[in-house]
Amino acid sequence: MTLTAPAPAAETPRSRRRAPRPFQRVRDSYRRYWYAYAMVAPVVIVLGVLVGYPLARGFYLTLTNANSLNSARTIGANTIDATYEFIGLSNYAEILWGPAAYDRFWSLFVWTIVWTVTCVVLHYVIGLGLAMLLNQRLRGRVAYRLLLILPWAVPTFVTVFAWRIMLADAGVINTMLGTIGLAEPSWLENPTWQRIAAIMVNTWCGVPFMMLSLLGGLQSIDENLYEAAEIDGASAWQRFRHVTLPGLSSVSSTVVLLGVIWTFNQFAIIFLLFGNTAPDAQILVTWAYRLGFGQQPRDFAMSAAYGVLLLAILIVFTSFYYRWLKRNDQLA
Amino acid sequence: MTSSPSTSALRKPQRRRGELGPVARVGTHVTLSVASLIALFPVIWLVYLSLGPDKDDYLHPGGIAAKATLDNYWFVLTNTAFFDWLWSTMVVAGGTTLFGVMSAATTGYAVSRMRFPGHRPLMWVLLLTQAFPIAVLIVPMYEIFSRLRLVDSHLGLILVNCTTIVPYCSWLLKGYFDTIPIEIDEAGMIDGLTPFGTFWRLILPLARPGLAVAAFYAFITAFAEVAFASTFLLDDSKYTFAVGLQSFVSEHDAQWNLMAATAVLIAIPVTIFFYIVQRHVVTGLTAGGVKG
Repeated sequence: MTLTAPAPAAETPRSRRRAPRPFQRVRDSYRRYWYAYAMVAPVVIVLGVLVGYPLARGFYLTLTNANSLNSARTIGANTIDATYEFIGLSNYAEILWGPAAYDRFWSLFVWTIVWTVTCVVLHYVIGLGLAMLLNQRLRGRVAYRLLLILPWAVPTFVTVFAWRIMLADAGVINTMLGTIGLAEPSWLENPTWQRIAAIMVNTWCGVPFMMLSLLGGLQSIDENLYEAAEIDGASAWQRFRHVTLPGLSSVSSTVVLLGVIWTFNQFAIIFLLFGNTAPDAQILVTWAYRLGFGQQPRDFAMSAAYGVLLLAILIVFTSFYYRWLKRNDQLA
Repeated sequence: MTSSPSTSALRKPQRRRGELGPVARVGTHVTLSVASLIALFPVIWLVYLSLGPDKDDYLHPGGIAAKATLDNYWFVLTNTAFFDWLWSTMVVAGGTTLFGVMSAATTGYAVSRMRFPGHRPLMWVLLLTQAFPIAVLIVPMYEIFSRLRLVDSHLGLILVNCTTIVPYCSWLLKGYFDTIPIEIDEAGMIDGLTPFGTFWRLILPLARPGLAVAAFYAFITAFAEVAFASTFLLDDSKYTFAVGLQSFVSEHDAQWNLMAATAVLIAIPVTIFFYIVQRHVVTGLTAGGVKG
């Protein structure tokens, strides 16, 4: 897959024979890797300035009581200096085991997990089902494919508004439900229905990507495997279980990881669907945003602390996921 | 869903593998049609509502057919900041694309072809930065940009978008460079090219499709970015579409008809653009991750 550039490889034996002193080693590595470092420099610098510094700054802010009233700001020509103070880890303490910890962080945490798992499972199952239907000799396959990826093709910030109109109290969805004699829930006001509405819209938006990725995976499975399984008398389910799923494992592991990250971080759908209402349907990331920018005074320190916790959750999840994949030997 | 081919093969031996029996075929068509309808409906509905002249027409959709008009479109194009938003969106998305792809290309090549101390940590950083929740950087960015007077500027938004686009493009281009045979590099080296010369003269021209996908993805992502744009852009005339569209629907007044018309105007070119390149996007998005 990846190879060392030939030139450095040729130098390796000699340097190993002589066991160079530290200084020599540094100079050697400098000479050997000069090109590599020069080529990654632009990205390293960009990320250092645009991610590294704000990250450090953000972490520092979580240790203060910064909000929009005591931060440095400019009003007209006057610049007011920042007056916030260092308060150590008390923001984290308040979030994780303060008096409101259960109502806020932990209930949001549970809902965020439920939201992520439900959405990714729905994305994957529906996506796989549609991909398998599309992966057959079928008239109109191309047309179906084009129609089915429409939710991905139209920008999310547009389609969420379409859903908002449709889910409104007297909107078309409730009209239809009423016509066939079902209850007409208030999707955008009732906490439970808000959550269901959010999951519904996100599923609608996320299925096409899964479907296309899995369709690509399905098409790369060798036809002969199915034929061999069939000759051995495997049933449709056995072929699905022992040929299709293993054949999809590498695509699946990637799209599930992407799906989890995207859903966990999903901002636009919940933000645009509910605006500043619906405290119960907020997931951690939209709640963090709300603390920092959706209220007065803006609580910068708390918002940043939520951000740091979110990042920690993601890092823990991703490393466990990779470890799990490695153990199952699914990564090359 | 599919009838078991082993039994159906007994009944109709002439049917080829992968072909469906009549029941399965009807079932497949019904399922796919329903799914397509669900995929299509919200978009169609938006287009339909955009034809209703009154802002409460979405509550009485039956009446729209009789009085359908393009007035909303005319109003949006002549009486709102639509073209300002178009310009802002192009500047932000174009700037992000240009900057992102240019700075990411050499890195993608280096991590694809060379092994150097720090290679693995760099890959990790590139992977992890793409996954950053917006909440991590938005507060410190806002604070830093306020000091530098970059809030309410397109440059600020371009820089913010680059925090996810640059690592993403590096990762994606690495995936693409991995598919170019290493023999080409070796041939270049034997002919006396430096590693950079190999990259510039041999690999980059071959990687044009990969660059196009990276550029396209960067463009779309910056185009559709909601959180930072909503927070950092204050002046109505500097809004990108993602912010401008929200401005039709405030707590006090909701002009759904104008919103729908604007949404349709925004969606048509992007959607067409997307359909043209979508095949490459899927492979691009999944390729990088699989090869980790």
